[in-house]
Formats: sequence, C-alpha cells, structure tokens
Amino acid sequence: MRVGVFICHCGNNIAGTVDVAKVAAETRKLPGVVYATNYMYTCSEPGQEEIKQAIQKENLDRVVVAACSPRMHENTFRKTVEKAGLNRYFFEMANIREHISWIGEDKELNTNKAIEAVKMAVAKVMNDKPLYSSSFKVNKRVMVIGGGVAGMQAALDCADGGLDVVLVEKSPSIGGMMARLDKTFPTIDCSICILGPKMVDVAQHEKIKLYAYSEIEEIKGYVGNYQVKIRKKATYVDWTKCTGCGACMEKCPTRNAYDHFNFGVAPTRAINIPFPQAIPKKAKIDPTFCRQFTKGKCGVCAKICPTGAINYEMEDEIVTEDIGAIVVATGYGLFDLDKFPEYGAGRYPDVITGIQYERILNASGPTSGHILRPSDQTEPKTVVFVSCAGSRDKSLGVPYCSNFCCMYIAKQAILTKDHVPDSQSYVFYMDIRSPGKGYDEFTRRAQEDYGVKYIRGRVSRIYPKGKKMVVRGADTLLGTQVEIEADLVVLATAVISAPGAANMAEKLHISYDTFGFYVESHPKLRPVETNTSGVFLAGACQGPKDIPASVGQGSAAASKVLSLFSKDMLESDPAIAQVNINACVGCLKCVKTCPFQAIKEEVLRSGKKVAKVIETVCAGCGVCTSTCPCGAIQLQHFTDNQLLAEVNAICQS
Amino acid sequence: MADKEYAYYSGCSLEGTAKEYDMSLRLVMKALGATLTEPHDWSCCGSTPAHTVDHVFAAALAARNLAIVEKMNVHTLTTPCPSCLMVLKKAHLGMTGDESFKNEVNALLDEPYEGNVISKSSLQVIYEDIGLDAIADRVTYAFPDLKVVPYYGCILNRPPDIAQFDDPENPIAMDRVISALGVEVRDYAFKTECCGAAFGVPKRAMVNELTHKVLSMAIDAGANCIAVACPLCQQNLDLRQEQVNRAMGASFNIPILYFTQIMGLAYGFSPEELGMDMLVVSADHLIRSRMPIEEYRKMKEAEAAQAKKAPKAKEAKEAAKTEES
Repeated sequence: MRVGVFICHCGNNIAGTVDVAKVAAETRKLPGVVYATNYMYTCSEPGQEEIKQAIQKENLDRVVVAACSPRMHENTFRKTVEKAGLNRYFFEMANIREHISWIGEDKELNTNKAIEAVKMAVAKVMNDKPLYSSSFKVNKRVMVIGGGVAGMQAALDCADGGLDVVLVEKSPSIGGMMARLDKTFPTIDCSICILGPKMVDVAQHEKIKLYAYSEIEEIKGYVGNYQVKIRKKATYVDWTKCTGCGACMEKCPTRNAYDHFNFGVAPTRAINIPFPQAIPKKAKIDPTFCRQFTKGKCGVCAKICPTGAINYEMEDEIVTEDIGAIVVATGYGLFDLDKFPEYGAGRYPDVITGIQYERILNASGPTSGHILRPSDQTEPKTVVFVSCAGSRDKSLGVPYCSNFCCMYIAKQAILTKDHVPDSQSYVFYMDIRSPGKGYDEFTRRAQEDYGVKYIRGRVSRIYPKGKKMVVRGADTLLGTQVEIEADLVVLATAVISAPGAANMAEKLHISYDTFGFYVESHPKLRPVETNTSGVFLAGACQGPKDIPASVGQGSAAASKVLSLFSKDMLESDPAIAQVNINACVGCLKCVKTCPFQAIKEEVLRSGKKVAKVIETVCAGCGVCTSTCPCGAIQLQHFTDNQLLAEVNAICQS
Repeated sequence: MADKEYAYYSGCSLEGTAKEYDMSLRLVMKALGATLTEPHDWSCCGSTPAHTVDHVFAAALAARNLAIVEKMNVHTLTTPCPSCLMVLKKAHLGMTGDESFKNEVNALLDEPYEGNVISKSSLQVIYEDIGLDAIADRVTYAFPDLKVVPYYGCILNRPPDIAQFDDPENPIAMDRVISALGVEVRDYAFKTECCGAAFGVPKRAMVNELTHKVLSMAIDAGANCIAVACPLCQQNLDLRQEQVNRAMGASFNIPILYFTQIMGLAYGFSPEELGMDMLVVSADHLIRSRMPIEEYRKMKEAEAAQAKKAPKAKEAKEAAKTEES
C-alpha cells in the first residue's frame, strides 16, 4: 500500500498555529506512507495538480489531505483522486483547521495534535474499501408546502419550468399573510392587487394541483422518490358543487364565529368564505361554532345552498402523492396580545396588533377600509404604534429582530394620515431598521411628509382613561417620561415560527433552531437548501422576511428543484448500511431504530429471517450499526474495523 | 385541617404601623382552619438596607430566620409583608441554587440553613392553599355598596423569577379572593403602579404625584375602597391622603384596607377585633353598610320578585325620574 499525505497551510489559518513542515516530516515516518508534503493552498488548482502528479509519479494508491473540515472540500479532493484514476473512497481528510489550528493557541501542542489526526486518517485510508454508487430514477414532480407568496412563487416557477407541482395549503385559501395586508411598503401598492394575479395563475396553471385546507400527514421516501400522505380536512361543503356564491354565509344564523382571516378583529359566520379574492373561492363550515354541530340542529345553509353542496357528514380524507422534491414555505406566526399584561393582555379592545390594524385598513376588512376603533367604532385621531412588542426581548424568548415591523409601522402611520387627515400618529421605537432599497427614504417620508412623531424609547404601560388609552413610555432622547392619550394603540407583535413548525420539521427530517425556524444548509452559501437532500426552504419559515425576500427565496428554491430534476437519474451515496446476512440473527432491532424506515425484514430461501437495507432510502446515519447486537450491520466507509484502526493509531503512540 | 400549618413570620411592620394587618390576618387564618406558629426568637429580615450593601450579609439576615423555621418541622413559612417575602425567597433561591453562596452565608450563621423551607406570601397561602371555595364558604356578611380595587404594589409579584406567583404585570389573586367574598371588584389598571412610598421622606413632591395617580385611578374605576396586601402601600396611601389632597388640590377620602380586614368583616368579626380604628381614613361608613348574608339574600329575592312583577312600572318610574332631573 502506498499512501500519499498532503498537509495544507491554508495561508496562515493552519500554518499560523501548526508547524506544518514538522507534521509532514513526522508523517513520512508512518508505515505505508511513501510521500508527504506541505503546500500553501492544497485546494487551489496547482495544489490539486500536485496531488494528481504525485499519484502518477509515486504510484500512490491512497491519499490523505490534512486541511479544513471535510464539509468544505472533501468532495473537491474526491474528484481530484478520481481524475487521477483512484476510487474516490480511497481518500481521507484530516481536519486540522476547525478541530486544531483555529481552536488552540499553543503551536507545539497543536502540531502534536495535528500529527495524531494525520495518523488516524492514514490508518483509516489503509482500511478503506473501494465503493461505487448506483443510480436511481427521479420522479420529477415537486410538492410545495404552504401557499403564501413564497410558496406560490416556487410553485409557479417550477410549473413554468415544466414540472408537475402539488401545492398544499393548510387554510381554506392560498395567499398567506400577504393576502391580508392592505398596502405594501415602500411603494404603497395594494397588496391583493399584486398578489391576486399570482393567485389566479396558481389556480389556472395546468401543471399545478392545489390541495387547499389540507395538511401533511406523513412523508416517506428520499430525494427523487417521496410518498406523501395528505389529509384533506373536512370542510362540510362539497367543493365540486360549491360555486362560491356566498348565499350560505349571508343566511348563517351564527354571527359570532372567530374570524381567522381577520385575526378576530370582528366575528364572522360559522360557514364562510375567508375573503372576496379567495382561491379556491369555496365555503367552509367551522364546526366549533356551527349550530348544526354544537346544538345538533339548524341546517339553514343546507336549505339555502342552490347546488346542495352542504354535507354535515363529511370526514377527513387521506390522499397519497408521489413526488421527487419538496419546497417548504410554511411561513410564520405572530405573538398574541396575551403576552403583554403590561399592555392589557387583550383586555382593552383599542389595543390591537399590527396585522389586525392591517385588516382594519383593508377595504375587504370588517370596517370596509374605514379606520374605526374596535371599542366604539369611532374614528381615532391619535394613534400610537409600539414597535418591538416582544421582538428583541430575551425575557419573552425572542432575542431576534422581527425584520419588517419598522417598515410596516411607517406604512400604517402614513396610511392613517391618508385616511384621517386630522390625525396624529406616534411611533415608539428602539431603532429604525430599514436597510432595503427605498426603505430608509420611506421611513423618512413618514416623519417628514406625514408628520409622524417618532419617540425613541420603550412603552412601560398602557391603561384606559375614560375613552382614551394612555400610553406611557420613555423618551430616551429627551431623557424623560412621556404619556400620550391615544384613541387607538397598535402593537407590532413579534414574528415567531409558524404554529406546528417543529412537528413539520420532524416529518421532513430537517433541522430547526430554538425558535422553531428551519435551518438552511449554509447561512451564506446554501440559503434555500436543507441538510436533507431534496428538501428546500422558501420564505419566513426560515426566519422573519418581507415580501421581496420571500419571493426571491421562492424563486431560488424553484431553481434548485429545476436543476435537481435536470438529470433523469440521481447517484446514490454508497456510504450506507449493509447487512452481513451470515451474522444477522434476525432480531430486527435495526428496523425499529432506523429513523428513515430504510430497513425491512427479508426472508431468505432457507427460511432465515434477516434485515435488509433499502439502499436508496438509507441516509447513512449509522444508528442501526450501534443498535445491532452482533455487529452484522455495518455502515460502509465507517465500518467497525475502519474506526477501530483510527482508534488504534492514536492509542499506540 | 392539620395540613394547613405554617410558620408565621410577621416582620417588624406588623408589630408597629401595620398592627391591624397582623390582627386581621390571624383571625382570618384561624377562621379558615390554618394554624400559624410564630418562630421563636425571629429577627430582622434584612429588607431594604442590607441588600443594597452586601448580598451575603442580606441573605444571612434572612437565612437566620429560615434556619429557625427549618428546625420547627414546619415546611412552609408565610409572611404577610412582601418586603420580607422577597428577601426570604431571594436568600433561599440563592442558597439552594449556588453551593458556594450557601457556604458563604452559612459561615456567618450559628445554625446553618439547609434549604428546606418554602416561603409564601399570606395572600398566596389564602389563594392557593386554602382556595376560593373555602374562602366563600365562611362568608356571613354582605357588602351591597362596597366597590373595591385591589392594589398589589410594586414588589408583591416582582421580580417574577423570585416571586414565582401570579402575574407580575396584571396580578389577579387578590381580585379573586375579594370576589369570592361576594364583594364587587372593579378592573384597575394601576394594580402594580409605583406609589412612591420608599421615597416618602427624601422626595415628597414626587410621592405626592405618584400617590395621586394611584388614588385617582381608583376613583375613576368607580371604587370606594382600595384593598392592599403590603404594610408600606397601606401606610403610604392611607397616611398621605391628606398630604396629597393639600399638595395636589384633591379631595380624596377613600379607605385603604388590608384585604384581610375585608375578609374579616365579611366573616363577621367586629371592627375592633380587626383594628379598623387604626385607619387614618375612616372606613366606618363601609362597615355600617354590611348586612348579614341571610338578610341580604332576602332583600335581593324581594327585589327580583318586585322587578318581575312590575318591570314596566319600574321603567316608567325611572323614566319619570330622569325627566324630572
């Protein structure tokens, strides 16, 4: 066996705190090593060329590179050795940067540790076996989860690219948060006017199959071949018959149902169509309020429906879709008022959230776009906005900035002045965060052209005084306490992860952070990929985002799907589990522990029961290998023998 | 009810300015079947001055008392005073959460504190351990005219990670206890507003302003009585009312009662037993308005029957009245 070892300086990243020449010199003494050298940037083109030449000249059959994390360049070097004629698995990487040079300051200790790391890699590479990947067919259908603006954009881009798209939306209509907004910053164009055409495109696109009011029940499979079970929730209205005429909604005697679309600003009927531009424009019964369900009698909607679409006996239905990739665009949630006892915790009707105010401003909202405060339906003359209601507040578990509140507050303050010219708005703020194109100019316009008074400070308490709400806060620029008697108070409540986000992540096998936002594969370089191949992210499910950023990510995710599907076959990773059927006792513990359902029971011709790994499903996590009581199941490229060789290498010195 | 046994740490205020809090609390607790035992040789809790100087010393002052209670074989200490409660809880939490802090504190004590005493405010004991049903069962008198706002003050529920009881911004325990007595409780926005009591001597003008706010919000809420659970709150709101009136040109005359006094009155104890004569702003008119619960119920039944019989006549009568006025 002829092993070649290449020690990288990585500029000063490694050479600064590791004596790379000494590492190379010590490495040359190792059995099996016939060549060792150090080089400034091994990953550079000349660096790779040196490896190739050494393979030829020295007749190397195994290669070790001691450099950065294999997450950075393992693939680069595997390709390099492959080009020089070696099997790509006859290569090992020793991480002497992230694990050694970046974390220790003592050069001598670092050098010793680097030598040990190289020893391990050499021992491993000498035990490596050649592995070959197989290829499998890709099902070129994509599923988009979430029909907000990000999901719609991804769905439309994929469909325009020729892919079949399955779009699953949990609420009765697509449109998401953007459909609820009145105007959008910084151009003050009507939100539904720009979103509506996209929604219609989604509805009419022959390549898009829409499941509204449906949720993901179960996801099985792997990139290229997923089977997804979708729960079509009972609407109690046969949507094939419903024409969206709205007669049922008009006649429904229950007038106090919670309006999810309007965030409870005003009640709605027990049977309702969420908003005029809804897609699909179909009615749905809310059984928690419907008298037919709560009292067992009513039936008004069934009588009035001209097409006989009402069906009180309807049940949830499960359908299965086979797809090859998934775009997750499940959006975000918002803090509720109950998080703020110092602001009344929802006890005062004239203290509302930003999204509720958006519905009040909106022409399709409960006040038909006239600004009327909830308590007495009068026009407010003094409106106070409180930014960072929960955001950047560690005590409430939200240390991060909610991203778009500064902008929508400025917008709402401008709109308030437009609607009620003799009104005065105040904004309590911590900082004005407006780092987008045309954004800062916009917040300045609110202050300079619309006379919105910005007060830098936090609000400590909101309390009623007669018909007014007194907002007490600090003006930290003047160094004084201020009290404003307001008619209406709007809280920019914190953006949080969507309800059920963690549960969804577990179904998808993707990671999420402590706040429930999904984690991208790399924060800078792989912003829409996840660590699960075939699953992509778009929009605010990854973190708070405004409309342009969400749309951008929707398109980015779609382009990732399109490039994934540009190949007819995908290569499988051969570093997966394999069962030695002679050693397997058929206990099938591995079947139970496998998180990907990649192992099944197989009966051999002899009648012996053994475990069998489904190659394409196995993710190579290795859980089964540590479960197996007799060592019969081995993860290729990480077998017991290979790992023990590494352990031996450092324990002998 | 042997399980309701408490070590009773009254604190210094309840032997002086808040004597009536002590009297009423003892009576009410006894009526509700809770036994209060005073620890032998208890000493100053260290509140206010000590912890501004030295945390170890402050904890030692509190922990001396906790150590005495630990030896009494009673697991729960109750104190009516929020200031005492905070230092006792702070010492306990500090010592049970940090071994080296515990050793530092115990080094100052003759008898070490091992960390086995739970401290609760008397309000918490009444609200959680005794419970609203038991509170309601014992009521013998009704107050048809009494409208109360509860004032919790700044430290009864704060800081939340030490108090570990009720909501720090919108507490409800006292609201519920008084409601359980059948007394009308008004929603009050200034439950935890600062009354300025601690600055009573150095910054009188500021205190006048703050106290004025607390009192006027109570009047705006339609209350004719403020219930409190803190000796300092009571003293400030009661004793300074005349001072605020003079300084701010107001005319407040609203009695400030300990919630235990209201409980005692509802349970039929005499005003003397409850120390009602120690109030600066007299509550005599409120005391006179109480009536035995049976009588009250009969009156209500009669009223309801009357209203049922002649609803229109009554309306007409009222309409005539408004026209006259």
